[in-house]
Amino acid sequence: MKCSRLLRLVILSFAVAASALLAACNKDAQQPWQLTDISGHMPDLAFRLTDDHGQTVTAADYRGKITLLYFGYTHCPDVCPLTLAHLHVVMQRLGKLADHVRILFVTVDPARDTPAVLHDYVNAFDPRAVGLTGAPADIEALTKRYRAAFTREPGKSDDSYDVSHSSGIYIFDASGKARLLATPADGQDKLTHDLQLLLSSGGAP
Amino acid sequence: MKMQYLSVLLLMSLLPVANLQASQADHVTATHAWIRLLPANLPASGYVMLQNMGTSTAVLVSAHSTTYASVMLHESTTGSGGMSSMNAVGKLAIPAQGKAELAPAGYHLMLEHASHMIKAGDTVGITLDFADGSQLPVQFLVRPANAADPN
Repeated sequence: MKCSRLLRLVILSFAVAASALLAACNKDAQQPWQLTDISGHMPDLAFRLTDDHGQTVTAADYRGKITLLYFGYTHCPDVCPLTLAHLHVVMQRLGKLADHVRILFVTVDPARDTPAVLHDYVNAFDPRAVGLTGAPADIEALTKRYRAAFTREPGKSDDSYDVSHSSGIYIFDASGKARLLATPADGQDKLTHDLQLLLSSGGAP
Repeated sequence: MKMQYLSVLLLMSLLPVANLQASQADHVTATHAWIRLLPANLPASGYVMLQNMGTSTAVLVSAHSTTYASVMLHESTTGSGGMSSMNAVGKLAIPAQGKAELAPAGYHLMLEHASHMIKAGDTVGITLDFADGSQLPVQFLVRPANAADPN
């Protein structure tokens, strides 16, 4: 009890020092997160893919940044743009802190989503968004790692088809640990709140 | 005098007929029509709020445009387990004195194969087709990819 009152005070006045206290008061402290806490339930961020500049990148390249992992595809005109537009608003609300955050948009449609297509797509939403593609097996492995799924729906032709995909946004801290899971239904307030908390509690250098 | 009286009578007798023949499109108003533009000629989506002032259901069955070679009525759904998918929809009923909303993460018009370069700030005409064959032309405002839902 004493602990949680102290915790509240500390978060208000010394947000930066909150992480140490959080650990100390963990038993009594109220759950601080508004999104779903997945700490310890999902593996660390790990992948080897190609970014939207055509460079091979791994999860290690994003250490030091908080990362928001989202699976989608560019021929998705409704839900993917809505999610990315929401994330853009969240990034704007974070202000300068957004420099410590990267949106990782992993395509589940590597046949159509070349690095060039992904580059135009992600940059239409936010300069801190990265488009990632790769070998179908590598993308499938990454989706399976986070129990996400996708299915290509039968289409009218070879280049006209839809892909059903998991809509969750997986949030990793600066050391690549899985921390939070958001759904598109979670509002911008929740995302902004939790990212600010994660950034202030040592989630970023 | 008598002539005038007669013509009024004639008009009054015609009114109910005119009413009966009023099309579904006549009773529907469209507001907040906008398109989320995506780069590189990727499929875009169109959103609009439809209100039916009439006393019977209006049924939207399709839409077409001179700007987009393909306009399809779609619905996005998120099932259990958070799987998001998109399906073609054959018709969308707008109840009498009610409304139907085409909005992000729900019903939308999937717009493909634009005939020319479209940029944010443009307006694009899309005609809504109703079950009785009537049509409602609507001007859609083109907004950038990262536009927040204005509604």
